[in-house]
Amino acid sequence: MSTVLDVRSLRKLFPIRSGLLSRVSGHVKAVDDVSFTIDSGETLSLVGESGCGKTTTSRCILRAIAPTSGEILFQGQDVAKLERRELRPLRRQMQMIFQDPFSSLNPRMTISEIIGEPLLVNGMTDTAERNARVAELLELVQLPSAYLNRFPHAFSGGQRQRIGIARALALHPSLIVADEPVSALDVSVQAQIVNLMIELQDRLGLAMLFVAHDLSVVKHVSHRVAVMYVGRIVEIAPTKALFASPGHPYTEALLSAVPVPDPRRRASRIVLEGDVADPSNPPSGCHFHPRCRYATDRCKVETPPLVEIAPGHAVRCLRADEISLKGVDGGHTTN
Amino acid sequence: MADPILSIRDLHTYFFADEGVVRAVDGTSFDLYAGQTLGIVGESGCGKSVTARSILRIVDRPGRIVSGEILLRRADGSVTDMVKLPADGREARAIRGGEIGLVFQEPMSSLSAFHTIGNQLIEAVRLHAPLSKKQARARAIELLAMVGIPRPEQRVDAYSFELSGGLRQRVMVALALAGEPRVLIADEPTTALDVTTQAQILELIRSLQRDRDLAVILITHDMGVIAEMADDVVVMYLGKEVEKGPVDAIFHAPLHPYTRALLRSIPNVLAEPREKLATIAGSIPHPFARPRGCPFHPRCTEAIQGLCDVAFPETFDVGAQQAAACHLLNKPAA
Ligand SMILES: Nc1ncnc2c1ncn2[C@@H]1O[C@H](COP(=O)(O)OP(=O)(O)OP(=O)(O)O)[C@@H](O)[C@H]1O
Ligand SMILES: Nc1ncnc2c1ncn2[C@@H]1O[C@H](COP(=O)(O)OP(=O)(O)OP(=O)(O)O)[C@@H](O)[C@H]1O
Ligand code: SF4
Ligand SMILES: [Mg+2]
Ligand SMILES: [Mg+2]
Repeated sequence: MSTVLDVRSLRKLFPIRSGLLSRVSGHVKAVDDVSFTIDSGETLSLVGESGCGKTTTSRCILRAIAPTSGEILFQGQDVAKLERRELRPLRRQMQMIFQDPFSSLNPRMTISEIIGEPLLVNGMTDTAERNARVAELLELVQLPSAYLNRFPHAFSGGQRQRIGIARALALHPSLIVADEPVSALDVSVQAQIVNLMIELQDRLGLAMLFVAHDLSVVKHVSHRVAVMYVGRIVEIAPTKALFASPGHPYTEALLSAVPVPDPRRRASRIVLEGDVADPSNPPSGCHFHPRCRYATDRCKVETPPLVEIAPGHAVRCLRADEISLKGVDGGHTTN
Repeated sequence: MADPILSIRDLHTYFFADEGVVRAVDGTSFDLYAGQTLGIVGESGCGKSVTARSILRIVDRPGRIVSGEILLRRADGSVTDMVKLPADGREARAIRGGEIGLVFQEPMSSLSAFHTIGNQLIEAVRLHAPLSKKQARARAIELLAMVGIPRPEQRVDAYSFELSGGLRQRVMVALALAGEPRVLIADEPTTALDVTTQAQILELIRSLQRDRDLAVILITHDMGVIAEMADDVVVMYLGKEVEKGPVDAIFHAPLHPYTRALLRSIPNVLAEPREKLATIAGSIPHPFARPRGCPFHPRCTEAIQGLCDVAFPETFDVGAQQAAACHLLNKPAA
């Protein structure tokens, strides 16, 4: 296994402008000192509440927006510092799968044109060669080749998501960034796409960054999980460890809030008070302290560092080694 | 058990569009009791929202209730069939937002951007009780406090866009409670929210229900939310109620192949990492292309050829409380 993506101290600030002269009056710290790596064949999921910086992180990695600071090493090169021209060959290697399969496909193009477009743009001008590759891709995502000349409107949500995946795979990428790829789908179709993504990744050895808010889906797809809170990673761990023995109070609360589809396991939930913090004016010290049931006075002033508590398991909490938290596999359920 | 507060009897609500007829709700029957939560679950387009809108008599054109009864037991013990009331008449309007409160999925589109939340609450309060403006404002603040909004005396003058998603949904619940309802219909009340905020809203609904003996209809596509909240469950597929029963039976002894398949296909936080999901073949048919026979038969692994693709299954009772519409249940009595 080799490291495909190595993100180091990534930061993205959005200026807040106000007044007549549009002076910059402050900044939204959308992403604040985020670091992680992804190996080939590995899925890392980014989870956290709305506005915590998941999409901004992915957009920086794809260089859809320029990061404020930090390094994004992709196959050894720093994406954050390259010029547009130099980025091009790298961009081919990193592809995106979108949340909304309905709006992300051009309605005036046939399926064969949609999937073949990236091939054409990258120099595969021979029609027969291109069609052969498109047919291969359709087979990969388990769509009948009879669909080649149809338009997207004739397809269901799940089928459109398969088309989006086929297009993303056209140029043999080594990294896939998927931002909420199954959240718009019905349960029965979501299961098909989740399985397809697991299968394709195992087969093609892709590295994947999977952005999601549904922790149940995340449990099924990820090798490792990073939990974000107000722009910072507060915990990162192998999937099993994160769910069974979380090290951060926010992760504990997040896991506790997930409804388990079994009425015999109705649990007494940790109900977090208040709303997620405002990234333009985050709380001092540990950003989570106003909602944290374990907070002490120290948490209001000191910013906790990300500290490894077990191999591959790091936590950003001042009290990580004093408190013992409950996961979802253990005994926190009643009945 | 006491008499149900609301009984739906063989409800059919269709949309008559130019392209054809959409049988959005096509034979649904259930009972709702005070202090209980009935969950309605099913995938997109199965008719959950149209069922809710039928009960409130707010079905959009070109839709209308074709047949069936919606029997509401009033506070005085009499029974009113909502289907027989003129939808825009005085009585139906008094029941909407009065005896039956409604919480929608999208607070942003159901709350006005031009009026403060206080003014919207005051209007709702005064629609159903003869209070002065001042009294109604006091009541509005009380309602905001009841749904757990911090600093209600200040928030009463806020506009909805100044509030977070979670607070907006609490305002929606406050609005639904303004008419002192005995029945609360919540249509995907947490679908647009984060899990942590969802947990807050579900807890709020639970505690309000306990305190005021509310009857709740909770509509969702999330089996986890159903397992967490419901006493009884109705499972819908393509406008049909395919199964209903107590929550424990639905999850631990499901009768209908669709219920079983749906339960197998949902992701679970207790799964192993990288564990694949069981899938249901195909996708939900287009509303104009409803299959003949059992609506689920093209996706059903247990379908009986020559029967399921031809004849619509009756509903069979299994035990005193559970029922499902499936040919497999038609076994000759032993
Ligand atoms: N172009 C922008 N200009 C200013 N602020 C922005 C911009 N894009 C994002 N933000 C802010 O940055 C923060 C992080 O947003 P981001 O979209 O990354 O969150 P997210 O975790 O993807 O949330 P969601 O789960 O809702 O998709 C938010 O406070 C958002 O309002
Ligand atoms: N105004 C309308 N005109 C025509 N058809 C409609 C209208 N409203 C709903 N329908 C149809 O009625 C059927 C049931 O829709 P309904 O909104 O009740 O589904 P739902 O179960 O609430 O789905 P979702 O989970 O997506 O909210 C669908 O096929 C829908 O297309
Ligand atoms: S540092 Fe303090 S406030 Fe932050 S999570 Fe740990 S205990 Fe809670
Ligand atoms: Mg996002
Ligand atoms: Mg609906």
